[in-house]
Amino acid sequence: MIILKDVCKRYQVGGETVNALDHACLHIRQGEFVAIIGPSGSGKSTLMNIIGCLDLADSGRYELDGQSIEEYSEEELAKIRSRKIGFIFQNFNLIPKLTAEENVELPLIYQQLPKRERQERVMQALEQVGLWNRRQHKPTELSGGQQQRVAIARALATKPAIFLADEPTGNLDSKTTGEIMDIFHSLHRQGSTIVLITHDSGVAAQAARRVHILDGKVTEEETV
Amino acid sequence: MIVQTAKMALQAVWGSKMRSFLTMLGIIIGVFALVVLVSLMQGSTDYIAGEISALGGSYYTVRIEDDHNKPLSMDDLDAIMAEGLGSAAPLGQTYVTGKNGRASDAFLLYGTTPVYSAINDLSVEYGTFLRQSNEDNHSRVAVINRAAALDLMGTLDCLGQDILFNGIPFRIIGILAEDDGMASMFRMQDYVAYIPYSTAQRMDPSVSSALGSFYFSAPLDADPEQAQDRLDHWLRERFDQDEDAYSIADNTAIEETMRSVTGVLQTLIGGIAAISLIVGGIGIMNIMLVSVTERTREIGIRKAIGASRRTILLQFLLEALVLSLLGCALGLALSGITLAIVSLASGISYYVISPGVAAIAIVFSSLIGLIFGLYPANKAAAKPPIEALRYSE
Repeated sequence: MIILKDVCKRYQVGGETVNALDHACLHIRQGEFVAIIGPSGSGKSTLMNIIGCLDLADSGRYELDGQSIEEYSEEELAKIRSRKIGFIFQNFNLIPKLTAEENVELPLIYQQLPKRERQERVMQALEQVGLWNRRQHKPTELSGGQQQRVAIARALATKPAIFLADEPTGNLDSKTTGEIMDIFHSLHRQGSTIVLITHDSGVAAQAARRVHILDGKVTEEETV
Repeated sequence: MIVQTAKMALQAVWGSKMRSFLTMLGIIIGVFALVVLVSLMQGSTDYIAGEISALGGSYYTVRIEDDHNKPLSMDDLDAIMAEGLGSAAPLGQTYVTGKNGRASDAFLLYGTTPVYSAINDLSVEYGTFLRQSNEDNHSRVAVINRAAALDLMGTLDCLGQDILFNGIPFRIIGILAEDDGMASMFRMQDYVAYIPYSTAQRMDPSVSSALGSFYFSAPLDADPEQAQDRLDHWLRERFDQDEDAYSIADNTAIEETMRSVTGVLQTLIGGIAAISLIVGGIGIMNIMLVSVTERTREIGIRKAIGASRRTILLQFLLEALVLSLLGCALGLALSGITLAIVSLASGISYYVISPGVAAIAIVFSSLIGLIFGLYPANKAAAKPPIEALRYSE
């Protein structure tokens, strides 16, 4: 599903070169629930950006769902993001002016799906996260946990190849964190591939497999 | 896709009504200025043109520039009419004092022949116009206008009475119907009288038997252009084939001249108003740029969930277009209302939005929306998704 081989990414910060990713290798199979753990500044976000096709690696090879992501144009990357990646962010990243329903529908509009199919998928996704009755609410009228569930529904509706969650529980209390993690578990049981990036070892412990990242270097921690 | 994006653009515009309205204000005022000024100009032109053509059918003024020592006389006019070219009449004028009892006032005295009333479409309300016998006998008879009869004679029932012009008594044989509108506006004098040309010659030596000009109209059943050609031909023969000896002016020439003058003015006013439209466009660009910065994060989210560069560009471009077109629509509505009020207040029904200028306003507003929206939209579309997502975190 995801193959990273010798991926490097360097940034220039104040005249100094920072190796955000240093020959990182990672292999994630279909249907896996993987947690990527690391402190801030370890290169987590860079890894997530590259896996999420928001950014391109300087060198190395990246294959997503059998497709090699290399010298693609911005336009093509947008298309890949739209089809294959379901993003879930720490701060939810819902569009404040749109209702829950409209937020979930947005990626489907970008996929240019017909209206009937959009409506059907929006309903399914919102029902799955238990927010169908709150579909007319704007993000500001929802609690943090509810907002994150809308964000998950938004990812869910696109039927992505992988769910890419960046600190999805970072802004939530422990009870809501449990609820969100339950949703991830149920997605996992349904066969979805989930990549969860976190610095919270408690959250990471719930994943089937954990990968550590430190100073741009990726190391596996086989538990099972 | 376009429909969805247009919906989003409308939502964004509707979402911040006050800001959208203030942004549109420039376009609203610009369109308003353009449409109202040009439409008022157009309406006035149409109104004046209508009044000018109401002055009577088409007649021609023939001016003799150089008579080649063979001055044009009444006999020549008779010859023109005898040959069936059309009607021709001289018009001499002199200012006199008209007096009846103790009442007296300045009069404009026209000396002319009977056919003049047909050429210039004069209508006589009481009595008759001048007759050929009056002309032949140098009769002291006069046809006066309605105002003169009412004010100086004190009654419309004054046929057969005498009026003194510079002390010489004239018998009133007719009273003209009052002509309204522009015809009376063009006349400088309130009181007017028509007397036989031969009589006028005796009143004022400047009314000469050598005619400096005369009025001409085509026979009713003839094509005016053909009649003009025949007259031209006749005059050229009369003046030794010298085309420059005379000139024939059409009374529609006044209308044409006026139209060309107002046309130039219209373009000028339109141009000035168009500048305010451009200023309005700059306002849109300004707000769009602010909006792009404010919505950096939104752009990042949209890109992360699959919006392409093109989609973002389209969204912001459509927003600018919606702003400018909505502004244009409001401006047109405001113009329509204003013109309706002006029409009602002035009683002139010509003041309506001229379709041409409305079309120009719409096209111009769209162009302004597109041109001034392009830069902010491109700026929005070019934002890299990671940086946009990180914005203000």
